[in-house]
Amino acid sequence: MIDREQVLHVARLARLELSDAEVERMSGELTGILGHIEKIGELDLDGVCPTSHVVEVTNKLRADEPRPSWPREKILGAAPAVRDDGFEVPSPQA
Amino acid sequence: MSAEVLALTAAQAGERIRAGELRSADVFAAYRDRAAADELNAFVWVADDVPAAAAADAPLAGVPVAVKDLFCTEGVPSQAGSKILEDYRPPYTATAVRNLQQGGAPLLGKTNQDEFAMGSSNENSAYGPVRNPWDPTRVPGGSSGGSAAAVAAGLAPWAIGTDTGGSIRQPAALCGIVGMKPTYGAVSRYGMIAFASSLDQAGPLTRDVTDCALLLRHMVGQDPCDSTSVAFPEEVRTPSAERLDGIRLGVPEELTGEGIEPGVLENFNATLRTCEELGATIEPMRLPHAPHALSAYYIIAPAEASANLARYDGVRYGLRAPEYDDLLSMYTRTRRAGFGAEVKRRIMLGTYALSSGYYDAYYGRAQQVRTKIADDFRAAFAAVDFVVTPTSPNVAFGLGSKTDDPWAMYLNDYCTVPVPLAGLPAISIPSGLSEGLPVGFQIIGGAFSENRILDAAYALEQAIGFDGSSARGIAGPDAPRPGQERRPDGGKG
Repeated sequence: MIDREQVLHVARLARLELSDAEVERMSGELTGILGHIEKIGELDLDGVCPTSHVVEVTNKLRADEPRPSWPREKILGAAPAVRDDGFEVPSPQA
Repeated sequence: MSAEVLALTAAQAGERIRAGELRSADVFAAYRDRAAADELNAFVWVADDVPAAAAADAPLAGVPVAVKDLFCTEGVPSQAGSKILEDYRPPYTATAVRNLQQGGAPLLGKTNQDEFAMGSSNENSAYGPVRNPWDPTRVPGGSSGGSAAAVAAGLAPWAIGTDTGGSIRQPAALCGIVGMKPTYGAVSRYGMIAFASSLDQAGPLTRDVTDCALLLRHMVGQDPCDSTSVAFPEEVRTPSAERLDGIRLGVPEELTGEGIEPGVLENFNATLRTCEELGATIEPMRLPHAPHALSAYYIIAPAEASANLARYDGVRYGLRAPEYDDLLSMYTRTRRAGFGAEVKRRIMLGTYALSSGYYDAYYGRAQQVRTKIADDFRAAFAAVDFVVTPTSPNVAFGLGSKTDDPWAMYLNDYCTVPVPLAGLPAISIPSGLSEGLPVGFQIIGGAFSENRILDAAYALEQAIGFDGSSARGIAGPDAPRPGQERRPDGGKG
């Protein structure tokens, strides 16, 4: 059971503001979905290695050579707020 | 001219262009006009200018391609079906799209999709739902629903999409076309707006298997910009098999019984008989962990999504909430305003599964289940050549009929979801109709067995003789004009 407090805790971790109605609905929906998902708890998985990547690849290294990056104006052109050649955000110290 | 062009597959159109019997500009214009008059809401942006003719020896001959919205295309809206990326125009083009352009396939338009590829019905798009050309009151499937509907309705010669849990194969099945998810790593993910990085894979949606092979040939390849991409071991060949002699087809008990709609099962069994007539042997088998694939998927994919979608914070691109008190509330309100209900649900689910105290019970166990599913397939391919299942447990369903129950919607992925968890290639081909709606037949093979899958699919396609032409009758006005993109919530329903 995912209660209101847990929903609010997870929403804080996810940097997501939810309306009261969304909190209510999310509590029921997450509880329902997890009820199905929790069936994997019944499997005997002792000693089974986890899979995070399906294709056998080892670290690929490339030559460490300088190359041009994106033009600053092109990247800043997509930003919602720009000042002094940078992204503008509210002060983290505020 | 238009009707003549429309009757051709993409490969046939390419041959005519190379033979000097057809001009690529006319093919482009014919499809551009149809795409611009789309009343299925399959396109969110349609190209305006007719591109310069492709080089005379260009393998794709100038036959234009429709591209799912989540592929970054330089200077062209790439919104991933989300309000949070409204009017985002990337500074670069995804490798898969660039490869196709270099092969001679210009961009026809961007296709509608479920937001960030999260959905099985295309109802989770901020730009309105897509309608199924076989019955506009029904969904086209998802998440590559716009690409599937566009090809099925003859609004595009061919299209590309992405498949994370079934997002190419399921809409291909529901729209009566061919869709293929390649082996993980075969196609570069560079420039694909990420959903779940360990599962996401781009692939073709086409009218037939020959077009599928041709398009895939020009998508694959190792890319220095995607370190998980691998060199495809051989050229993707034009399929030519006529028979299935000696081919052993495994029919997994777990994915071909309970939960499959009777009409779909009936068609599946009839298709197995056709396979036998072509010389294949049918072998009942087990994939014991397949019933748990959906659970593992709905932990792993949301977990990866919750990390991938952390980048949408109103700082570098896309939407920023108009009002906020401080940095934190700028983040949280931007995300509240920009994400739709399903995306929020998955971010919450994924964040929960990764959170302290729950990580081992959910994410850790799901990764172990993933190992067991891959082991099941490995064991299967020691005994059979391919595993075959219905692609979707059901035919296309009514718009709005499953939107109130997330798990009922997730069950659409029941037969497709084990495949990406094991990183395997699979194709869906149309195998007939049930209740007047298309049914898909899924052929799953071992890693990098695309050529063998395409050959088997081709032989079966010839024997089935599916006719999708009736779906290409629908098209009309009321759609974005060339050069314009749709606004969020601009759909009709």
